Amino acid sequence: MTGLDDLYREIILDHYRSPRNRGQLEPPAVHKVGHNPLCGDEIDVYLQVDNGIVTDIRVGGQGCSISQSSASMMSEAVKGKSVDEVRALTKRFKGMMAIEDNTAAPDAALDGDLGDSDDDTDLGDLGALQGVAKFPVRIKCATLSWNTLLDALEHSK
Amino acid sequence: MTDQRSPADRIDTLDVAAIKAQFPLLSKPFNGQPLVYLDSANTSQKPRVVLDAMKNFAETSYGPINRGAYELAVRSTDAHEAARATVARFINAPHHDEVIFVKNATEAINLVARSWGAAHLGEGDVVVLTHMEHHANIVPWQQLAAHNGFTIRWVPLTSDGQLDLTGLDTLLDGAKLFSFTAMSNVLGTITPVGELCAAAHRAGALALVDACQYAPHNVTDVQAWGADFLAFSSHKMCGPTGIGALWGRRELLEAMPPFLGGGNMIADVTVDGFLPAAIPAKFEAGTPAIIEAVGFGAAVDFLQQIGMDAIRAHEIEIAHYFIESLTARFGEQLTIHGPTDVDVRGATFSFAFRGIHPHDLSQVLDQRNVCVRAGHHCAKPLMRLYGVNATARASFYLYNDHADVDALAEALDSATDIFAF
Repeated sequence: MTGLDDLYREIILDHYRSPRNRGQLEPPAVHKVGHNPLCGDEIDVYLQVDNGIVTDIRVGGQGCSISQSSASMMSEAVKGKSVDEVRALTKRFKGMMAIEDNTAAPDAALDGDLGDSDDDTDLGDLGALQGVAKFPVRIKCATLSWNTLLDALEHSK
Repeated sequence: MTDQRSPADRIDTLDVAAIKAQFPLLSKPFNGQPLVYLDSANTSQKPRVVLDAMKNFAETSYGPINRGAYELAVRSTDAHEAARATVARFINAPHHDEVIFVKNATEAINLVARSWGAAHLGEGDVVVLTHMEHHANIVPWQQLAAHNGFTIRWVPLTSDGQLDLTGLDTLLDGAKLFSFTAMSNVLGTITPVGELCAAAHRAGALALVDACQYAPHNVTDVQAWGADFLAFSSHKMCGPTGIGALWGRRELLEAMPPFLGGGNMIADVTVDGFLPAAIPAKFEAGTPAIIEAVGFGAAVDFLQQIGMDAIRAHEIEIAHYFIESLTARFGEQLTIHGPTDVDVRGATFSFAFRGIHPHDLSQVLDQRNVCVRAGHHCAKPLMRLYGVNATARASFYLYNDHADVDALAEALDSATDIFAF
């Protein structure tokens, strides 16, 4: 059985205890709500994009430690980045969540620093969430805020 | 159906160790530790006798039903109809042919909505539900209301999670149907079914009882209640998945149009149309879950051999122990949703613990093989009423004992270690 230490890393619990960028933004910022139909959790993402740059982001809603910490880390990681960089980061993050699909040597890949993803995208604290991939039912918790972010990006000028 | 004795008088007569030994999955280690299965309100485990009944039937008597003149087909039909009779006796149905085999309680309610409801409900009509229904007894009515344009009214709850019946007659005024649960899958609340059926009838409405949580744990008697329809599932009462039952009063079922069309449900078909078969075949289009019906019958026999009164007494005792021991151990760190009076509740408990999100709680409990449900329990309107997105739920059955309650308590302590802030 996989140990809980892989899941509940201290940095995750820190973001859960003290979530960053909580709150709302007024229009013209885009507001999108994401739902996890499995558990009923909801997450609000408020996104302000100016000239192709994410200038501000706020997160609201309720959820478990994984969905809340992922949203908090996401908000820190995307602020100030270009829309293209945010999309690349989202892709990279979702790729990390899907590592458990890699049947070759999943544990070896997970033990490394994000496996073979050596590009310049800085995941920062987000790397702590890679343990979630070992708990398939929790992947949706970790990706909820990111899917909501993509939705908000679609609706941003 | 309440137990009037004081807690001290209650005698738990179940030999839980012997019962547990009859459930293969519960009587051997799971990941090297005992399995503490506390999710029977979701679906129950299966005893050996049910698994064997299906295997033996498939190996000795399986064939088509209601067609074929050869002996094997006759044997298979007889086994299928014997299961129907067993299920009918279990709920004290006046006639065996009033039991319609369906996929589960959800399909049973959809059948009533799409057949009786579509024919009788329109603009200006009213269906009354309660705030403690699960989605299976909400969405079919919302779907039909969107099409037929009737109104849905909701019976509110009291602060301790029982139905607030003070305005019931007003809510039922002008209603054609009152559809309600006999036991909440979230709160564990047992509703006063007979009283609710009588109130429906006073208003000229029919009463549909959703017994999918109640029937596995209590004596179910449609005649004593005066119900018009009853829905329940096999898989929550030690039987297989894929089969459940709708019971309805014969004259209602006979007047209702068929739901699904196809083979078995017709008396005659021509190029110009069809003549439906008599009940129950009228509502059983296509080849049904034959092996599962045999398993369903075996599950009923298994439960009745133990005795529904004894099962209820055992669960009252477990509920009492759960409330006493966890409250003593955790005090205000633990909030039990729903009534704490064991006479008006079953042994299904939704709870909040130290502000730890149910998903996280369930994950930590899983490390000790303690299986609890975390989520909205397919009852989002009720969750909203309680102002929560999710709860953790521990639900107990005839194979659970004090050690299972203790294992849950120990596991909750371990969650405290991780989320102590």
